[in-house]
Amino acid sequence: MKSRTREEERRLAAFFRGEIARLATRPVRLMEVCGTHTVAIFKAGIRQLLPPEVELVSGPGCPVCVTPNEYLDTAVAYSRQQGVIITTFGDMLRVPGSSSSLAAEQATGADIRIVYSPLDSLAIAAANPAKKVIFLAVGFETTAPTAAATVLAAEQAGLTNFYVLSAHKLVPPALRALLTAGEVQVDGLLLPGHVSAIIGEEPYRFLAREYGVPAVITGFEPLDILGAVYLLVKRIAAGEAALDNEYRRVVPPAGNPAAVAVLDKVYGEADAAWRGIGVIPASGLAVKAAYRRFDALAALPVTVEETKDHPGCRCGEVLRGVARPADCPLFGAACTPERPVGSCMVSVEGTCAAWYKYGAGRWQV
Amino acid sequence: MCLAVPAKIVDRIDMMATVEVSGVTRQVSLMLLPGAKVGEYVLIHAGFAIQTVDEEEAKRTLELFEEMAAHEE
Repeated sequence: MKSRTREEERRLAAFFRGEIARLATRPVRLMEVCGTHTVAIFKAGIRQLLPPEVELVSGPGCPVCVTPNEYLDTAVAYSRQQGVIITTFGDMLRVPGSSSSLAAEQATGADIRIVYSPLDSLAIAAANPAKKVIFLAVGFETTAPTAAATVLAAEQAGLTNFYVLSAHKLVPPALRALLTAGEVQVDGLLLPGHVSAIIGEEPYRFLAREYGVPAVITGFEPLDILGAVYLLVKRIAAGEAALDNEYRRVVPPAGNPAAVAVLDKVYGEADAAWRGIGVIPASGLAVKAAYRRFDALAALPVTVEETKDHPGCRCGEVLRGVARPADCPLFGAACTPERPVGSCMVSVEGTCAAWYKYGAGRWQV
Repeated sequence: MCLAVPAKIVDRIDMMATVEVSGVTRQVSLMLLPGAKVGEYVLIHAGFAIQTVDEEEAKRTLELFEEMAAHEE
């Protein structure tokens, strides 16, 4: 939230805190479903600012964390093939697959390159015409349009050696799956601001309508988050289920139709496997038939090892909000950011990594 | 992963814009925000402008909260 003066900021924060404390007369559990929110909440010490009645839990909002082992194993298998260059965002590098990781493969000679933008992969493909360049297309609705636009740019450039390995996922179907399962009681949702910048307000309407859960599209400044908690607690106290948009400076009600059009041109909805949750219908994105030549899985044969999960790791339960990192016997002992066992500890946005780095917030580990 | 940073568009040629963040300039694609104009603040994610930052809305949100605060006091 763009603030005019420090004094006004302090006054608003004090108002939010006072109102949250006044309105939260019973225990409420609010879920933030965005890894960037998780980090912002810990960094700003938001948990310590809230009364004991208000609990914040993290949901499945870290794209790296929810990517299952099978995807990592496929990426590793491709990286071992002759003449393949893997391009990826940096946070995928250290995620452990069943028996290896991209970082381990890189150390033994695989050509794996970190890119800032998927577009960087096209320059690499143009400079290496004899090689096949595979971009690891991971991320939610914020990131997926950038991969889709890159496929269109590859087509326009006439590149025949660029591919995507898609693991894109969609936020609303995951929320539906969590609420349907009812495994964790969620009284309100902090919705991801930058996903919403693309998809707008409409895809979230079902939260209030079908599940009676209030939700707020939320920005990333500490005041945004406190303001959103205040709005949720106010709705809960009034017994209202509604969708509020606290981040209108970036999220118009219709989102970004141009980005959605690019996304829809290249990708179609598909069932997708989420770590810790399983397969959620129509919660992922697959490359459409018209662009199949850019789809690594369709165009390039690969043999993938049998998937194995890491014994003892409770990342899946953490992602569903039913376990806290400290409930995992590996947390902080066998599993640390330096030597991560599970993806929730690898990604900077992972809940376990945030707990480890910033402390548990209000709870003692 | 959904982190995005606001930046000002200082130049535009076709679908590529030069943006400035804290005095540093870089090139970003406007494929996902074709209507973006020079002088506007946009959100940058993975080398693409993905949305316009509406300063007026920012003010309105803050004013709304301030009204709430004033009303409750």
